[in-house]
Amino acid sequence: MISKRIVLHFPHRLVDQPIVCNLVKDYELEFNILKAYVTPREEGLLVLELSGEDKNYEQGIQYLREAGVKVQPLSQDIIRNEERCTHCGVCVPICPTGALVVEPLTRKVNFYDNKCIACELCVKACPVRAMEVHF
Amino acid sequence: MAKTIKEINEKIEKGEAVVVTAEEIIDIAEEKGIEKAAKEVDVVTTATFGPMCSSGAYFNIGHAKPKIKLGGGRAYLNDVPVYTGFAAVDVYIGATALADDDPRNKVFPGEFKYGGGHVIEDLVAGKNLRLVATAYGTDCYPRKRLETLINIKDLNEAVLFNPRNVYQNYNVAVNLLDKIIYTYMGVLKPKLGNANYCSAGQLSPLLNDPYYKTIGIGTRIFLGGGVGYVVWQGTQHNPTVKRKDNGVPQAPAGTLAVLGDLKGMKPEWLVGTTMQGYGVTLTVGIGIPIPILNEEICRYTAVKDEEIWAQIVDYSEAYPQGKPGSLGEVNYAQLKSGEITIQGKKVPTGNLSSYPKAVEIANTLKEWIKQGDFLLSEPVAYLPGPETGYTFKPLKERPLE
Repeated sequence: MISKRIVLHFPHRLVDQPIVCNLVKDYELEFNILKAYVTPREEGLLVLELSGEDKNYEQGIQYLREAGVKVQPLSQDIIRNEERCTHCGVCVPICPTGALVVEPLTRKVNFYDNKCIACELCVKACPVRAMEVHF
Repeated sequence: MAKTIKEINEKIEKGEAVVVTAEEIIDIAEEKGIEKAAKEVDVVTTATFGPMCSSGAYFNIGHAKPKIKLGGGRAYLNDVPVYTGFAAVDVYIGATALADDDPRNKVFPGEFKYGGGHVIEDLVAGKNLRLVATAYGTDCYPRKRLETLINIKDLNEAVLFNPRNVYQNYNVAVNLLDKIIYTYMGVLKPKLGNANYCSAGQLSPLLNDPYYKTIGIGTRIFLGGGVGYVVWQGTQHNPTVKRKDNGVPQAPAGTLAVLGDLKGMKPEWLVGTTMQGYGVTLTVGIGIPIPILNEEICRYTAVKDEEIWAQIVDYSEAYPQGKPGSLGEVNYAQLKSGEITIQGKKVPTGNLSSYPKAVEIANTLKEWIKQGDFLLSEPVAYLPGPETGYTFKPLKERPLE
């Protein structure tokens, strides 16, 4: 079994195509939509948690790529600007998934990007704007 | 045996002073006892790094040719208005100033992406800033308009002058309403969704000198990465609030006005800050040395998080309406555990003040002193303490007629 959080970028020509449903039908993958929108340039963006058997997962991703969808891991899109972060910790109770946690000994804030669901609540709550979105 | 600041400075100059942080003194005092700790330790360094809205900077831009008198006119830095009510080319920029065309809270909650605090950070970082000014023109200052880039290195004086910093203790902010609120204490989730506090607790300067016995007017400090001074009590200084037996106030109490050469400061310690739905401010790094003159002062500096108590205040109703009352009292050890209990509910906590950065400042100041680069100064006058009856009064509104 494999489960990953991924970001899919759909070009304009694919925005009205039923693509994700084929991941279920043909590759027996499960998905949980974390975020979805169509940009002003009519490109689609979908953030998914995708799970299934290793082989099916690989084939599913292969199918998406061949169809023209750009696939990348979510962790590349929500980034903490380490130079700006002051480790104050005001983001910690804002994060719904426990991706931002105070390390008890040093009191520094750890960012676990594998737990991040890109809800972006921390982005505007951060007083020094250290959390950045790069979709 | 009591020590004097002069004696401590002699030790610093010889490189023999024993300097520890306000965190380290806790263990030393526990292991060795106050008497021995007071003998052995010469200086305890304290620090804080949090948003401090009553901050700003003044500078002199030098005279243009032909000359312009900004006094009585208008001037903007990167579109943010600066105060011009001084002589010809002195201006003051406040941390919370916003561009005239900033949308503010028109689309709620406002984003407040750039303001006075960010201008100060950019100035200290050595970036060029756009100065645009208009004036009415006089015989001796004929020019009516000025547009130029300015840079900190070309300014005559650039001085950080903060009328209120380093609050001695602060509220724990919560929201009792069933909708989210946006405050200067951060985003507060509905129905006790989170509790935000803002203090370095056991490292915070005035919590280590609760009766202002060493920190006074003229105290030399770490300010924004450079050197500054305490110049007065801060605005809203309120030494008469209730205190615990250890002397530590249980609510916001003393404050400091501080000043220092902006040219010696670093953007890392003066950070432009945004509070969503509220406005902009400046996060300021301050470190203050406390000379261990006697056992009493040593005992104050050994204060621990669990001995410092703060009030839980509702920011949806009690705070904005100026209603007194607290939802309870918690200590900083509880706050730092990540969760407190309010009205039977477990509430996660968040700090607006960075403890790791405060530790870094306390250690930096410790190194400066140990290396003999930073001598302690004797206050020329002391701040009003609780015995003076000095209080922070509310506004008495009176009809204009």
